[in-house]
Amino acid sequence: MRCGPEGVPQLKRAIRVAIPFIVAALVASACGGAGTGGTKPAVTIGSTNFSEQLVLGELYSQILEANGYTVTRKFNLGAREIVFPALQSGQIDMEADYLATLLAFVDKTATGSTDPKQTLVTLQKALTSKGVTVLDYAPAVDQNGFVVTKATADRLKLVKLSDLAPVGNQLVLGGPAECPNREFCALGLKTKYGITFKDFKALDTGGPLTVQALVGGQIDVGLLFTSDATIAVRGFVLLDDDKQLQLSDNIAPVVRNDYLTKAGDDFKKIINSIAPKLTTAELTGMNKLVEVDKQDPKDVAKAWLKKQGLIK
Amino acid sequence: MTLLADVVRWFADPAHYHGSDAVQTRILEHVEVSGLAVLVGVLIALPVGMYLGHTGRFGFVAVNVANIGRAIPSLAAIALAIPIAGTLLGVANGLGFWPTFLALVPLAIPPVLTNAYVAVRGVDSDVTEAARGMGLGEAGILRVIEVPLALPLILAGIRTAAVNVVATATLGALVAFGGLGRYIVDGLALQEYDRLFAGALLVALLAIAVEVAFGTFERAAVSPGIRVQQGAL
Repeated sequence: MRCGPEGVPQLKRAIRVAIPFIVAALVASACGGAGTGGTKPAVTIGSTNFSEQLVLGELYSQILEANGYTVTRKFNLGAREIVFPALQSGQIDMEADYLATLLAFVDKTATGSTDPKQTLVTLQKALTSKGVTVLDYAPAVDQNGFVVTKATADRLKLVKLSDLAPVGNQLVLGGPAECPNREFCALGLKTKYGITFKDFKALDTGGPLTVQALVGGQIDVGLLFTSDATIAVRGFVLLDDDKQLQLSDNIAPVVRNDYLTKAGDDFKKIINSIAPKLTTAELTGMNKLVEVDKQDPKDVAKAWLKKQGLIK
Repeated sequence: MTLLADVVRWFADPAHYHGSDAVQTRILEHVEVSGLAVLVGVLIALPVGMYLGHTGRFGFVAVNVANIGRAIPSLAAIALAIPIAGTLLGVANGLGFWPTFLALVPLAIPPVLTNAYVAVRGVDSDVTEAARGMGLGEAGILRVIEVPLALPLILAGIRTAAVNVVATATLGALVAFGGLGRYIVDGLALQEYDRLFAGALLVALLAIAVEVAFGTFERAAVSPGIRVQQGAL
C-alpha cells in the first residue's frame, strides 16, 4: 500500500533522469569504437602462469595503453598447452614466449639452436602455417635451470648437471606437471645427460611451491628459471648446463597475423621498442621485485617502462 | 567416444600401476587424507554437537559458526593452509599432506555438528523427561536414550561430511599433495584428457563407495526398533 500510489511516478522519474546518462554512454562508446577501430584495434594479451609472464604481459599491455590502444588482459591462463591454442584460435591476440621452448612445442621434430637468430628463423618457419608471427626477440634469456640447495650441492659435490647422472637415482626432481614429457626438462635430462631420478613430484612452474619443496626437503632438485631472483636470495646452487640441453630461450612477443595486419606497423614499432632494452639482468631485477619484494607486477612494469624512457 | 576409448586404454595401461603415480598409491593417499580429516572432524564436532543438542543451548550460534567452514571456498582454505602448516609444523610440512588435511577438517565439521545437534535436540522430550523421572543421570540420558534415537541422523551427517571431503581432497594436488587430484591437475596441465577423466572417474567412484559403505553401516548400527519407527514415519 505504501509504495503503490507514488511508486510508479518515482520509477518514471528515475527513468527520465537516467536517459541522458544512457545516451551519453552510448555516444561515448560509439565514439570510442570509431576511434580505435581504424588504426589502433583493441588487443587481448594473454600470458602463462608464472610471475615473469605477468611482468612481461604488463610491459606489453602498458606500452600499448600509453600509445592509445585498448588492452584486455587475460593473464595466468595456464601452461603453454593452453595459451598457445588460445592465441591460434583468436581468444588472445598476443603473448610473450620463449624462442626455443615455443619451437619445441609447435614442431616436435625441429631442433632449436644455441644461437637465437637461427632459432628465430626455424621458429618463424614453423609458425607461419599457424598464422602467428614472432616479433623482435630480446637479449633476455629465460631458460629452465635445475637447482639444488647448498647443503645438497656440498653433500653430493654437485656443480654441473652431468654430476647428477651417478646420483640421480637417490634424488627426487620437482617441477611443473608437464616436466616429465618435456625435452627441456626431465625427458632431456634423461636422454642427454642420462639422469634418471628416483621420483618426480609435480609442483608449479618455477614458483613458490617448488622453492618451498626444495627448502623443506620434499624434493632434492627443482626446476626454476635462470632469471629467477629467488635462486640467489635463497642461496640455491644453479647447476651448470654443461651439455647445453637448454637452447636460446630468448623472450619474444608472438602475435596472431590477423591482428598484426589489422594493427599495422605502428603496433609492431611500439612492441619492438621493448626488446633492445630487455636484458636478462633487467628481467631478473623485475622478477626479484615481484617474487621477493612482493611488489605488484603492474607497478614494476610501469616503473621499468618509465625508467627506460619507453612511456612518460 | 574417442575420449571414452582413451580412458579405457588409460586404465588398461600397466604403466599406470607402477611407481609413485600408480593408481593404487593415489587411491591410498586420497583415502588416507580424507579418512583422517573426517575422523578429526568427527572428534571435534560430534561431542560439541551432542552436548549442545542435549542442553539445548547455544546451538544456533555453534551451528552458524561451524557453517563458516562451508562458506570458505575450499580452494582458498587449502592455499591458506600452506603458511599455517608451515608455521605450525615446520617448513618441511608446509606442502603436501598437512595443508590438505588442515583445509579438509573445517569442511568435515559443519554437517557432523549440525546433524548431531539437530538429532539430539529432536529427541522427544517426553522420553527424556520419563528417563529423568526414573532416575537416570544426564550422561545416562545422553548415552542410553538420546544417542541411540539420534543415531540415524548423526550417521547421515558423518556420511555427508565424508563424501564432501573425498570429493574436495582432489584440491590437495594444487599444494603438491598426491591423491587422485594429481591426475586431474596434471591431466589439465598436460592437456591429457584421458588422464584427467580417469582421475575424475576414480574420485566419483570413491565418493560413491563411501556413500554405499556408510549406508550399509547405518543399517547395521541403527537399532531395529528405530528403523521400524522411521519406516512408520
